[in-house]
Amino acid sequence: MNQLPTLDASAARAAAQSHFRTLRLGTPFQPRIDALARTNDWYNWAGYRAPHSLWDEELEYFAIRSQAALFDISPMTKYRIAGPDAEAFLNRVTLRDVTKLKSGRVHYTAWCDDDGFVLDDGTLFRLSPTRFRLCSQERHLPWLLDSATGFDVTVEEETEAVAGLALQGPTSFAVLRDAGFAGVERLRVFDLAEFPHDHGTITISRTGFTGDLGYELFVPADKALSLWDRLILAGELRGIRAIGYTALNRARLEAGLIVANADFTTSQHAIRADRLRMPDEIGLGFMVDLQKGHFNGRRAIQGARAKRRLRHVLVGLEIEGNIPAEHAIVYYRKSQEVGLVSAAMWSPMAKRNIAIASLARPFGDTVVDDLWVEIYAMRELQYQKLMKRAKVVQRPFIKLDRRTANPPADF
Amino acid sequence: MKSWDAIVIGGGHNGLVNACYLQRAGLDVLVVEKNGWVGGAATSRELTPGFLYSNCSYVCSLFRPEIMRDLELPRFGLQVISYEGGAVFTRDGDYLANYRDHDAHRREFARFSRRDAEAYDRYSRDVTRQCRFIQPLLMRTAPDPTSFWPRDLGELLYLGRKFAGLTPEEMALTLRFWTMSISDFLDEYFETDVIKANFALSGIIGTALGPMSPGTAYVLLHHYMGEVDGSVGAWGYARGGMGAVTKALAASFQASGGTIRTGAEVDHVLIQRGRAKGVMLADGEEIYGKLVVSNADVKRTFLKLVEEKELPDVFLRRVRNFKIRGSSGKVNIALDSLPEFPALPKDSPVYRGDMHFTDSMERMERAYDDWKAGRWSADPFLDMVIPTTLDPTMAPPGKHFMSCFVQYAPPKVNGRDWTDADRDGFAESVISQIAEYSPGFRDRIVHMEVRTPREIEAEVGLTEGNIFQGELTFDQLLFNRPVPGYAQYRSPVTGLYMCGSSTHPGGGVMGAPGRNAAAEILRDLAKPTKHMSPAHDVI
Repeated sequence: MNQLPTLDASAARAAAQSHFRTLRLGTPFQPRIDALARTNDWYNWAGYRAPHSLWDEELEYFAIRSQAALFDISPMTKYRIAGPDAEAFLNRVTLRDVTKLKSGRVHYTAWCDDDGFVLDDGTLFRLSPTRFRLCSQERHLPWLLDSATGFDVTVEEETEAVAGLALQGPTSFAVLRDAGFAGVERLRVFDLAEFPHDHGTITISRTGFTGDLGYELFVPADKALSLWDRLILAGELRGIRAIGYTALNRARLEAGLIVANADFTTSQHAIRADRLRMPDEIGLGFMVDLQKGHFNGRRAIQGARAKRRLRHVLVGLEIEGNIPAEHAIVYYRKSQEVGLVSAAMWSPMAKRNIAIASLARPFGDTVVDDLWVEIYAMRELQYQKLMKRAKVVQRPFIKLDRRTANPPADF
Repeated sequence: MKSWDAIVIGGGHNGLVNACYLQRAGLDVLVVEKNGWVGGAATSRELTPGFLYSNCSYVCSLFRPEIMRDLELPRFGLQVISYEGGAVFTRDGDYLANYRDHDAHRREFARFSRRDAEAYDRYSRDVTRQCRFIQPLLMRTAPDPTSFWPRDLGELLYLGRKFAGLTPEEMALTLRFWTMSISDFLDEYFETDVIKANFALSGIIGTALGPMSPGTAYVLLHHYMGEVDGSVGAWGYARGGMGAVTKALAASFQASGGTIRTGAEVDHVLIQRGRAKGVMLADGEEIYGKLVVSNADVKRTFLKLVEEKELPDVFLRRVRNFKIRGSSGKVNIALDSLPEFPALPKDSPVYRGDMHFTDSMERMERAYDDWKAGRWSADPFLDMVIPTTLDPTMAPPGKHFMSCFVQYAPPKVNGRDWTDADRDGFAESVISQIAEYSPGFRDRIVHMEVRTPREIEAEVGLTEGNIFQGELTFDQLLFNRPVPGYAQYRSPVTGLYMCGSSTHPGGGVMGAPGRNAAAEILRDLAKPTKHMSPAHDVI
């Protein structure tokens, strides 16, 4: 039995055993969030205990639009990608041209498998010429490592090491300025910069998932609580509020942004082959840069475009009335089933009934008239069935000048 | 002289499932069982006072819910308690656990490899896709590709359409999956040896193949197709041991008017002018029946219970060549207290799940090398469970029953029959492996039952002790199981049917062969099958 050598036991590995006792981890901000959680309304975000709401999901939404909302994004998957070939590597993996992404800038991008189906979307932060941070919903370490063969680059997962906060809303700039982050007024949309904090540095970018004026802050996990306290203190008179996902999800829908595995199924999770989607089928075709040279999925995407084999299209819908059409079936001429609504709400900002839907082409693409949604509204144990007209509209559903204004307004 | 409508030889789970369905169709059915109890390889036996032994099969997942429903097994006392985890112990004093919670599972894998932890989703997606392809085939009679009967053509078309419905990539993966080794398959997803060993074990259980032998990937799939009360892929313990499954089946059978005779060993099937007329028992008693169904494996049925002259040459040769190789044994142990595993935290759910000690692919393959050389494995692969951590009915308070499935054990040792000394040596290889990870283990042993292929064949009747009544390799699946031309539960002898795991879809406590055979028999008798639920949809 002992003909094989004993492996080296790792103390760190043994110390990590106890995770089975806590199935949902807390983030580095958890002590502060727990203290504010009046509703105790939690959900599982990638193995973390995250709040659906903290005290009132309606008011939490209005904190985003009228004040400053603090949302813990620590569970978001984060990869640190560095090395002389980091740019070339990311150019090969992702759809957009990374050579055009300057240091100190962020772009929204996506990446595909070899068949051109979308693995995920996310944000790519260029921290320096050779250092990047890739943030996403799902996990991709094997894909990134396998794709790195032949590149002088390191890929490390840093989800637990780096905590993140989104500070979103009209007063968010004023909160950061009052908190003493000197120079934050110089950040334009999609800019990022490092700022001193608690004997260290943090990264602040003018980005977000709300379509509003807002920032995202990345901080080493051990400095997370001091950052939270610094913001809350500075924001006291600016109406700063911690919020949960329900409020954020409303804001992102108004902004017309999609969520992986809510508005489309990522290719590594799609069990049914017809659920796979190419970038053009989920509204991300604009990212595909065929001029930049080879990238994962390029040939397949090019082929599908040439052969017109793109079967779906993701659209924004404006639906008559005010009853949200969540997961409603979309019909052509009230009879032919042509798609499904993946997210819907009555928008307090747009004062419209809005939705994101996936339709089978040509519907939503060249045929956009005579589209209807069938809403099953459960009211006191009865479905009120409504057939409402839907109009294909541009996303975002709302456009706020304050999001892009320079310098940012001092509310 | 009474003539039964049907005589079922063998009271294993498939024999009982078959008998239940026939009885409920209005037939007058007799089950004859050689042992003094029913159950076949799904039994609970009190081998030492106070301890119930699941002494053959030991966990439950594959049993089809449609059958449980039709035969009202919950009403007749069947409860399955699912367990939450399991582990492979590593030689450096640690372990790799499997947890039901997706994120706990990922974090556990990340202790060994962050990359492999994140590779699990893609692995899981691909295995799920394959399971969804196979699962609907379990509860259907395999088509005969040489037949032009409309039903066979229809079934072939169904199979063809299912296959054609796959994308080219999926088709390639499916063909690879059915033929490749589990080791090669896992290499496409994982890099860490212990993680591969953790998954590979499902590819070799019950199979006389090593993890590097082609065909073992499919065996893994076979183990993934189960569920416990709707929880897909879950495994559990039958409360009261695996005998609870056959106890409930027997109760259901008797409640619908069926008759069971235990202690009635069949010597041979009575055949007159090419037609089965009944059975002759070992004591010379003749029992007559309009048809005979054999729950015994295909070799035992046609090489021992039927005279050779009644069978066509080609059929006989194929039955002789059917691969039903002995590869495993069991060591069942009564313990006076719960063993401790210093590697495991005391509150670990792993104690309640399946435990293993083979932490590398090489060790697994080496264990198989011993089998090829005609020896039991010096460093065996164990699938070990302690059902009494969840089911207090099987042992006195504070005491425990432990089941160790052991691989590999050859049907013959160095070409000769097993001796008692061999059996003791085999047991020692198991006990010494456990004791290495659990100090003081030997002192806790109250009683032990050791079953090599010799004991399993002698008592349960499984040829060479093969738990699946024949290897689950692609050449012996679907319309080739057990032999080409006879995959629809019928045999060359009119009125003699097969219903054991030698037939499609194969082994495990699944019940599907028994059910499918009943459907074919009722079709031949032009009896309705309305009491048989169709297979659940897979959408």
